[in-house]
Amino acid sequence: MDAVQIIFLITAVATLGAALMVVTTRNMVSAALWLVMTLFGVAVFYVLLGAGFLAVAQVIIYIGAIAILVIFAVMLTRRLTSENAPFINSNWWVAILIAALLFGGLSWMFSSWDGFSTQAPPLAMENPLVDLGAALVDPQGFVLPFELASVLLLAALIGSIMIAWEGAAGQRGQKN
Amino acid sequence: MTFLNDPINFIATWLTGLLSGWGLGDDLIKVILTVMGIFATAGFVLLIDILLVWFERKLVARLQDRIGPNRLGPYGLIQPIADVIKLLIKEDITPTTAHRIVYNIAPIIALATVLLLWAVIPFGPRILGTDLNVGILFIVAMGAIGTLGIIMAGWASNNKYALLGAFRAVAQMISFEIPMVLVLLVPVLLARSMGINTIVQSQEIWYIVFAPLGALIFFLSAQAELGRAPFDLPEAESEIVAGFHTEYSGMKFGMFYAGELLHALTFGAIFSALFLGGWRGPWAETYPILGVVYLFIKAFLLYFAFGWVKYSMPRLRVDQMLNFNWKMLTPLALALVITTAILSKLLEGVQIWLQAGIFFAANVILVLITVQILRTFARGERERVSGPRPVAISPEPPSADIS
Repeated sequence: MDAVQIIFLITAVATLGAALMVVTTRNMVSAALWLVMTLFGVAVFYVLLGAGFLAVAQVIIYIGAIAILVIFAVMLTRRLTSENAPFINSNWWVAILIAALLFGGLSWMFSSWDGFSTQAPPLAMENPLVDLGAALVDPQGFVLPFELASVLLLAALIGSIMIAWEGAAGQRGQKN
Repeated sequence: MTFLNDPINFIATWLTGLLSGWGLGDDLIKVILTVMGIFATAGFVLLIDILLVWFERKLVARLQDRIGPNRLGPYGLIQPIADVIKLLIKEDITPTTAHRIVYNIAPIIALATVLLLWAVIPFGPRILGTDLNVGILFIVAMGAIGTLGIIMAGWASNNKYALLGAFRAVAQMISFEIPMVLVLLVPVLLARSMGINTIVQSQEIWYIVFAPLGALIFFLSAQAELGRAPFDLPEAESEIVAGFHTEYSGMKFGMFYAGELLHALTFGAIFSALFLGGWRGPWAETYPILGVVYLFIKAFLLYFAFGWVKYSMPRLRVDQMLNFNWKMLTPLALALVITTAILSKLLEGVQIWLQAGIFFAANVILVLITVQILRTFARGERERVSGPRPVAISPEPPSADIS
């Protein structure tokens, strides 16, 4: 067992443990902080796989933006921050159904996958970051999904501005 | 390879020889050397941090027409040591209602994220922690974790002023991250790389000539990111006691304080690496130690500039701070990035001095346009303010037909 495997095992245990704490902690802010630890563990996996760019992007997007947004949302919802909030809500059976379906589907996929027994090929690329960037804007590569994601984000941005815009809300109020 | 040429690798080779003489494996030697490198860098930076306390106190004293610490040692140089000892032996208090674990982790995160930034800052041509090919993004990621540390401190203190301060700090840091990230793209576009050492090496002419406007935007958003006046709303003493570190005392407060001072110097170092040529200077290639000296001279000059602005400006209001960011810095940074991208593609292969001149001219034109827009906006604002206030208007005469 070399150093990378030891680090992998420690990270895996920490990530899974933190993920377990996310769903079992009663305090919502604590759960959000455990979620941060889980996301950070995933970033460490990216580093171990030699994907530095993905690791840094994971930290920026998931910890820097999404986790902080979650913490803000929880703190601004007063009932959720108290210790004796209800542990499960009425949709628990839907959650169990979706989780079971997802787990079953993934297990079925992995059972027919031979990646566990084959040796991973060495990274052939000189500078994976440059290749990634070129592939994202290459018509033969991923330019269509990339542009679709941009349009989706732009739509979300415009939508949030429309919701937050006082002028539009005021006009609606006047018409009613 | 001699000590003067390549000090870090010289020591590393010597230590490798010594350790393998003791019969240690290659893997183990690599781990030991890495850990030693981390401790050496962090220790060096933290020693500078102690000096920074003295520098900061002297600076604020001079700017306020005082003398500053002058009792202990020559020019009061031993004063920061006394400060540190005082902080260390102070009682370490955790409020009874605080979330104990998060409360104690937060100051560690606040200082650690600043120390981690030094891993990617090149001290000299061959003296650097790691030449990450996503160094610029690493800086942004560490800023994100630092924000998390602040919100953890504010929430775990279980104090409403601390929480308000944390909210303000996070709102400000997230907003000012946007122009900062956009402007970080300018050196990336010019150097065609996200690795900081590559950016430094490709600065035949300092990038502040190519993008003076970018340097200014980076300086302003760094000032806000650091939470220093005029952007010190997160710690506004007259409004919310001390912001997110209200409940902290002793060395836990000391860690926030050290982190804040070091953060300013770190941003000075990042600024000099991105826009002022980092370790570049006469004979820095042959004697890398000189590069370290140049980097720290530049970083301290920037630190002085940060402090100069901090101690000369009154605090902004929240809406002024946000308007300044969203209505001015962000559009300006976007315009600058687009201009730089187009120009750097058009001017490929042109002589470097001509390139620098054209980039400089483009920046000047952008500044002139901005000033013109600001002037129009200010005229409108002045007319609005000088016009009759709604409160002072006499009530309208009752009209006969109410529709």
